[in-house]
Amino acid sequence: MDLLKLFSLLFTDYTVRNVALGSAIVGAVSGTIGSFALLRKQSLMGDAMSHAALPGIALVFIITGLKTPVALFLGAFGAAWLGAILIIVITRYTRVKEDSSLGIVLAVFFGFGLVLLSWIQRNRGANQAGLDKFLFGRAAAIVEADVIVMAVIATITIILVALFWKEFKLLAFDVDFAASLGFPVRVLDVLLTTLIVMGIVVGLQVVGVVLMAALIVAPAAAARQWTDRLSTMVVISAGFGAFSGAVGALLSSLARGLSTGPIIVLTASAIAIFSLFFAPNRGLIWDWLRQRSNRNRLAQDRVMEALYIMASNHGDPTHPHGLENLAAVLPHYNVKATLEKLGERGLVSMRGKYWSLTDQGVQIVEELQNDTHAAGEGSMLEGKAST
Amino acid sequence: MNATSYKDLPVSVEDLTVAYRYEPVLWDVDVDVPQGTLMAIVGPNGAGKSTLIKTVLGLIEPAAGRVSIYGESFKEQRNRVAYVPQRGSVDWDFPTDALDVVMMGRYGHLGWLRHPGADTRKLAMEALEKVGMQKYANRQISQLSGGQQQRVFLARALIQDAEIYLMDEPFQGVDATTERAIIEVLRALQGRGSTVVAVHHDLETVPEYFDHVLLLNVRAIACGPVEDVFTQENLRKTYGGRTDMLAAATKNVNGNP
Repeated sequence: MDLLKLFSLLFTDYTVRNVALGSAIVGAVSGTIGSFALLRKQSLMGDAMSHAALPGIALVFIITGLKTPVALFLGAFGAAWLGAILIIVITRYTRVKEDSSLGIVLAVFFGFGLVLLSWIQRNRGANQAGLDKFLFGRAAAIVEADVIVMAVIATITIILVALFWKEFKLLAFDVDFAASLGFPVRVLDVLLTTLIVMGIVVGLQVVGVVLMAALIVAPAAAARQWTDRLSTMVVISAGFGAFSGAVGALLSSLARGLSTGPIIVLTASAIAIFSLFFAPNRGLIWDWLRQRSNRNRLAQDRVMEALYIMASNHGDPTHPHGLENLAAVLPHYNVKATLEKLGERGLVSMRGKYWSLTDQGVQIVEELQNDTHAAGEGSMLEGKAST
Repeated sequence: MNATSYKDLPVSVEDLTVAYRYEPVLWDVDVDVPQGTLMAIVGPNGAGKSTLIKTVLGLIEPAAGRVSIYGESFKEQRNRVAYVPQRGSVDWDFPTDALDVVMMGRYGHLGWLRHPGADTRKLAMEALEKVGMQKYANRQISQLSGGQQQRVFLARALIQDAEIYLMDEPFQGVDATTERAIIEVLRALQGRGSTVVAVHHDLETVPEYFDHVLLLNVRAIACGPVEDVFTQENLRKTYGGRTDMLAAATKNVNGNP
């Protein structure tokens, strides 16, 4: 498949354009609010809320018989919001912990939703077609009217996040301090939760209740890997979300039978997995390299120190010693390889079979020893996380 | 005590009872914190030390009793009180740097919809300087040592520009440099007439760092000047007879009264 041709679909194919645009908007909103959900350790709350939306959709249909986007949206919003508030209330006023209350709300609401769906299936027959698509999303059915609704909600979300930026940041970082400053943290909590519900409900018709949580978590988790600034994180997260939405929509348009929602979620997950491994500083690969270089550095320091101490017995810090002697003193180190690396750095030299510290090497060991003495007084702790 | 003298008391706690369910955490506690003192709150684990501070700050609803700040409710006096929470109460992997955390101390003054600007940034830099952390202003907070994180929290309280400073275990797990920096700041605060109340764990340093002490174990065992109330007798009542460590702690007081 020609990439250019695929890309041109965006501009020529009306359906593809709407689906891609709608999915991108949904991804951007999810990424924005997902950042806050992630930092407040509420990723699972997103999952509970999206599942909780299902009975709302079914009830609206049973009561009104309507299947219009706005009606279903309101039903989903009402049920998800109720679920979210229930989680907050249960956690605050009972002995049930948050993870359990999430589980309870998710299971009860989703189970009730499934019961209603099967009731509709039996009693309303063919008329129910479309409702079960909320389980896995129905991105392919997005039309211009949906895109407009999504864009409006996205705009509202982004404006609110911008307006209450410092409040949301403080709420996510240090809730007690926020309360001591006089911010109404419960109101802010409900407001932020409402925004998360709104984002989820908009996303439901694209990726469905089952996978929606992934679109909240994945872009945010990926973005966190690339930056240490909240504002940058939110922007990157929104970008990842939008990218996943657009790419997922385009990929699924390539072949029949590829449903858009799962492809979007897979794209977002791929970005997240890549970020977890390869992001500078926080990535696993980076961690692994750093650990290895620390280990090498430590081994070099130990070998130099051993050479120094042994040589000092002879009254001359550059007095040479054989490899065997060193290896006997440091049985758990690869002394030979370490000496060769030190040789490359010009800190030791080899004469025949004997190794000795160079003048530069002696100087470094002496500095090192001063440092370790100071560490006894706690100054080595400076600059290291020691929680 | 009459109504006018309340107005002179930075913190006055009367008949305060706090309970989690049926379990009382604080029972009928009376504490008066005199103007300009450095007061330590000491007591065993679960004695309600943090709870007392949080209740004064209105973060916990008491079952009974009253808290007043200069004779009025905390809500009315909020801007005169600064708070240093326990370092472990937040996630230090939050995506932000030291300077940004310090600036949060001004959020209350800024009010709604206003964002911190250059003047707030300048105040925050000055506060970081006071705790010896200006070099680390742009360091991601998870890259700071425990002591440095504690100093960031202290700087955040400093730019609140308050008269009363309530601190929850500011010396918990800090290095020597930080301990000295914190003490210096506490002395400076006292020097300009502020009042400091800090939960403290290290009994040995109480007489050196503080002039007043509250011995707390659900009930207020004793409260007053260190030389009067920081006695073996009172410590035994507070800690319940683990006298070996108590003897060591009070020898500073008894040795040089």
